[in-house]
Amino acid sequence: MEIEKIDQIIDKYEAEAGNLLQILLELQSSNNWLPKEVLKRVSERLEVPLTRIRHITTFYKAFSLVPKGRHKVHICVGTACHVRGASRILDTVEEATGIKPGETDMDMKFSVETVNCLGCCALGPVMEINGKTHGKMSPAQTANILKNYE
Amino acid sequence: MLKTPAQLEDFRKGLLSQRDPNKPCITLCSGSACHASGSGEVAARLEEELKTQGLTDAVDIRRTGCHGFCERGPIIVIHPDEICYFQIQPDDVAEIITETIKGKKIIDRLLYNDPVVNEKIIHESKIPFYKNQERLVFGSNGSIDPKSIDDYLAIGGYSALSKALTTMTDLDVLGEVKKANLRGRGGAGFPAGVKWEGSRNAPEPIKYVIVNADEGDPGAYMDRALLEGNPHCILEGLIIGGYAVKANEGYFYVRQEYPLAVININHAIKEAEKYGLLGENILGSGFNFKVHVHQGAGAFVCGESTALMASLEGKAGEPRPKYVRSNVKGLWERPSVLNNVETWANVPMIINKGADWFTSIGTESSKGTKIFSLVGKITNTGLVEVPMGTTLRDIIFTIGGGIPNNRKFKAVQTGGPSGGCIPEHLLDLKVGFDELTQAGSMMGSGGMIAMDEDTCMVDVARYFIAFLTDESCGKCVPCREGLRQMHRILTNITQGKGKEGDIELLEELAETAVEASLCALGKSAPNPFLSTLKYFREEYEAHIREKRCPSLSCKELIHFYIDPELCRACGTCRKQCPASAINGDKKIIHIIDQDKCTKCGTCFEVCPAKFGAVTKLSGVPVPPPVPEDQRTIKKKSKENE
Repeated sequence: MEIEKIDQIIDKYEAEAGNLLQILLELQSSNNWLPKEVLKRVSERLEVPLTRIRHITTFYKAFSLVPKGRHKVHICVGTACHVRGASRILDTVEEATGIKPGETDMDMKFSVETVNCLGCCALGPVMEINGKTHGKMSPAQTANILKNYE
Repeated sequence: MLKTPAQLEDFRKGLLSQRDPNKPCITLCSGSACHASGSGEVAARLEEELKTQGLTDAVDIRRTGCHGFCERGPIIVIHPDEICYFQIQPDDVAEIITETIKGKKIIDRLLYNDPVVNEKIIHESKIPFYKNQERLVFGSNGSIDPKSIDDYLAIGGYSALSKALTTMTDLDVLGEVKKANLRGRGGAGFPAGVKWEGSRNAPEPIKYVIVNADEGDPGAYMDRALLEGNPHCILEGLIIGGYAVKANEGYFYVRQEYPLAVININHAIKEAEKYGLLGENILGSGFNFKVHVHQGAGAFVCGESTALMASLEGKAGEPRPKYVRSNVKGLWERPSVLNNVETWANVPMIINKGADWFTSIGTESSKGTKIFSLVGKITNTGLVEVPMGTTLRDIIFTIGGGIPNNRKFKAVQTGGPSGGCIPEHLLDLKVGFDELTQAGSMMGSGGMIAMDEDTCMVDVARYFIAFLTDESCGKCVPCREGLRQMHRILTNITQGKGKEGDIELLEELAETAVEASLCALGKSAPNPFLSTLKYFREEYEAHIREKRCPSLSCKELIHFYIDPELCRACGTCRKQCPASAINGDKKIIHIIDQDKCTKCGTCFEVCPAKFGAVTKLSGVPVPPPVPEDQRTIKKKSKENE
């Protein structure tokens, strides 16, 4: 990530330490992950110790300290999806991609995450790929959908 | 810019006079669930079709927030006749315009079919799902565009703010909310008026009011629906609250997973500022108020008041001890009133209609209505608003339509991860803060997850403890380490590795977590275990002693088996098995290779109902496969000859 781009986001929040979380969120969403240089720059500009930034970036789930794959697969494991068989969908995804939640495969094709509720409980079990919601999933359908991604 | 209450009323009158109540208006639900089922494409097609048919100026389209009946989305309601169509696909649009808008004819196949009497229902208000609700807070969602402040003003929006600022003192407002006995809708049910008074009386002059929109309970999405569908209502409540406690600054803390809510709230704030309903000297009253929106970053514990405030300050969201309450010393060490989205949304109504009206609804100790998110194994998944005191049976069966697929109801889980499971014999329990707590569960924010006989209660407890172990901030040992151990033992039990004494050990760990944790997360975390143990102890014992899952759900304790007497060798299961674990051929009885089987359950689901050959076994050994020479199926007709 270029330093100008980082500074631009920091300046938008007036380089205020109180806005640390909002700044990190915006950096995360524009770059998809937070490399060490980014965190260092934030630390310098906001005059917040790097240890505190590391504390925050590991505490909150929204931040990733490793690069993400091309396709982001989110499996909803909220209660409604759970009782409708979300664990079977997750098993199928793990089988098909060879990775577990929180991981990215070697080809950087998929990143798999579990999420706690997408608010589409009527459609459970739900799988979301790159923001597109796939509802009422069965293991067989799940495997088929994943095949469509390159 | 509206500078006085009179100008607001004139503007409102002007708006209404421009709006023809008889002009056809198509409202299309664009809530999360409907959006996922394709309401975006339907909207595009509607605009296109109106244009081709030359009706763009004659018909209004309004993309609204969630209507609540998510099971049947995408939903269209055509006003003024209130014709309600469900599960609309883009290809239905042309027909709707030609037949219903132009031809004034009803399209039967898009109507709701009441399964009880097998009758088509045309009007929204006649459908049992809606008819049996009392949608005081949530009702406007279906009729306004969340991006239009004019829509909100047209239904009387900001009249409560105007009334509070001009005809009531701040003490009057506080008194009214106290008298209404409005209890917090976020979980604990603490009286909002008392909380407000504490802040108002605190000596520090700078105070804050905060909306807790960090809705983290899985399976609960009513706050999301309100934020996305009617943001002005919450904003109006917040400004009134600011006036009552003498705060000039407010915050929305919105869960990171709700991007649309953030967009709509920010938009609402900008519009309200433009109209002079937010900012300096609101409606000429001399009251100043500004609002900030902050996003969470994915931490369940940030729904807890002190953790939320730490997060607002840009720190890790860890709770602190509450020797001094946050309404006295909260955000930046200043008095801060934090209320849930739904609590704030109730405020304008209380100011407009009065505390006496509000207290006439509900039970002795719980007033008003509550929105529940009715999900899980339920026929009518959706958001349901009922007066406090409605029975669980009415919510689940009369409104929710009961359990689908002819399964039997087992339990309903309320109160989110820290809530509890309520069994069938308590279905006549009236919902209210104290009633649910007495039954070993809690109101929580209003998630209500129905479970049928296929749901294993030990697994449900394991699921919630796993969730809370993951979300524990790690500050207190009983929560951080105790939950981890509870999770380990519960996982063992569901995998058939449970042993005598496990239940007692779990009880001990639960007691310690309840006694010695700092915040509500740890204190209430053992609830899912304690309530399932209380009502379903026999399920725990079956897992531990017989290595049997009575609901046939725990993967490690079940086997799928094809009954050779029933298998007709149709090949459906063999072709769909993702693990290629089924062998067989035409006229050859199918057999599951237990070593290859991943227990995904596909064969069980796809086996045609007329055969019903695939069964689940638990606690008994799998019978040996049929010998090869007996695997050929002889045609019945030949046998008869």
